[in-house]
Amino acid sequence: MVVPLEHVIALSMILFSIGVLGVLFRRNAITIFMSIELMLNAVNLALVGFSRYYNSVDGQVFVFLVMTLAAAEVAVGLAIIIALYRNRQTVNIDEINLMKN
Amino acid sequence: MSNLHSLTHFWPELILTITVLAAIISDLIYRREESFKVAWWVLGGLVLTLFAIQIGGSTVSDLFMGTIALDPFSEFFKVLVLISTIAVVLMSFNSNELKDYRMGEYYSVLAIMAIGLFLMASAIDVLMVYLALEVVSIMSFFLAGYLKKNPHSNEASLKYVIYGAFSSGIMLYGLSILFGLTGTTKFIGMQTAIANLGPDSNLALILSAVFILAGFGYKISAVPFHFWTPDVYEGSPTTITAYLSVAPKAAGFAMMIRFFNQVFGDSTALVSETWSTINGIPWPQLMGVLAAVTMTVGNMVAIQQDSVKRMLAYSSIAHAGYMMMALPLMSEAGVYGIMIYLLMYLFMNLGAFFVVIYVQGKFGGEDFDNFDGLGWKMPFVGVVMTLFMFSLTGLPPTAGFIGKFYLFAAVIKAGTQYYWLAIVGALNSVVSLYYYIRVVKHMFLKGERSESVEMPASSLVTILLLAMALPTFILGWYFAPVVTWISESLVIFQGM
Repeated sequence: MVVPLEHVIALSMILFSIGVLGVLFRRNAITIFMSIELMLNAVNLALVGFSRYYNSVDGQVFVFLVMTLAAAEVAVGLAIIIALYRNRQTVNIDEINLMKN
Repeated sequence: MSNLHSLTHFWPELILTITVLAAIISDLIYRREESFKVAWWVLGGLVLTLFAIQIGGSTVSDLFMGTIALDPFSEFFKVLVLISTIAVVLMSFNSNELKDYRMGEYYSVLAIMAIGLFLMASAIDVLMVYLALEVVSIMSFFLAGYLKKNPHSNEASLKYVIYGAFSSGIMLYGLSILFGLTGTTKFIGMQTAIANLGPDSNLALILSAVFILAGFGYKISAVPFHFWTPDVYEGSPTTITAYLSVAPKAAGFAMMIRFFNQVFGDSTALVSETWSTINGIPWPQLMGVLAAVTMTVGNMVAIQQDSVKRMLAYSSIAHAGYMMMALPLMSEAGVYGIMIYLLMYLFMNLGAFFVVIYVQGKFGGEDFDNFDGLGWKMPFVGVVMTLFMFSLTGLPPTAGFIGKFYLFAAVIKAGTQYYWLAIVGALNSVVSLYYYIRVVKHMFLKGERSESVEMPASSLVTILLLAMALPTFILGWYFAPVVTWISESLVIFQGM
């Protein structure tokens, strides 16, 4: 059975929206990172769908690139969260507000 | 050009890559107290890269099967990036904040960031756009949080990483829609595919353009994607603030001009003054409003600041707004104006930040109060800072005036529909005079007039201040060679 492109795009849009809402409304830095991962994976899904639609591998190459870069980004992000936790004992972004004018 | 053949034109990036490896290895050899010596390796590599770009000459071609463009336009931005990286490496020697940390990684990461900025300035494939953007972003997250014992620096980098990852995710979604519409990842191929799209894909096209604009807007800190800027600039080490306010912004403009010129423009873009193939949204007007809002928000909030560093952070948003004035035109004169402004902005802004670094090290703070009486205590630093402040305002005979002159001339020449934009820009320049002059007031009119006169203790400080101040002053009245160089650099790769 062939899954039509529309279904893939719809699923990716739903996942992307969940990710965006997660970033906007969650207060825990780790959860925010998970939501960002969700956004990136929604993009990957769309790219794979388009790639099969066009019968080209460009989109799949793009997916590998996105996965690698997302891993690098999260590695740096988690290191930053650890550095912050050592100094402040919190990962709640509402409490991280030393700089407000 | 094929992959193997491309390598012969890829020397600047290759030298930088070798520099990074050499810096990382040499960092393993040096002891902690000597780790700053890695900077010499990096400096050597950067200077070699500068030569490699000069020797490379001005070929116009694509590299690596059409993922990277080789043209004078990207070379101009590479030189800009190299000058600012060299200046920031030298500034870091005098930074008080960085003294307690091992410096090897700091310099290596600066060099990696330079590679990313090179790629940003020359990407002509959305794959490369995303790769370059992420390389630069991840390295700047790292550098913003380099003071790992300082809670302000931690907070800056956390905010940066969240905003950065979020906006690059949104931009990536826009790119994926664009790939879905066109079936290719190359700019040129996209342009032809978009021209053949039917009207029913207009909504998807607008959506993707808006999403992509969010990614670019974040990089050049345009309103309404600017919220990260003040906090990140305040919390980062001041050397990194100086770097972030100049180099990634320049590369971001380069990438944005290339992208909109090639993907959403047509082959007449840059010649005629229309650049929109997207129906349904008045792009030039939208960009004009964004520019006006960006500079107004930047200036209005800069007025209220008590810290010179934070004031400069907001003023850099305002400067991005001035440069964005030329984006709705997308004409040759507009891009030319942006390039001239970026070059002038580089010297004056790096110089102003360097004075802040120096004052921070000497008087222990970066507030306006720390500048009290500086002009009498250290007349040299005071006069140089005054020059930078005048130049940032755009007063003649400084470099900032020439930059603003070309920008405003381009906007006014583009026709009556842009007059309002030029007026908003001029009013904003007047507003900015208030807070720039406030620094001068604190230096010369407040605090005690000391009888003894001091020069900076280290000659490196004096040389670096002169290296920033002389171009700021000289380019104010002798700018012909620079302007010719930039007009020769205005050759953008348009496909084979």
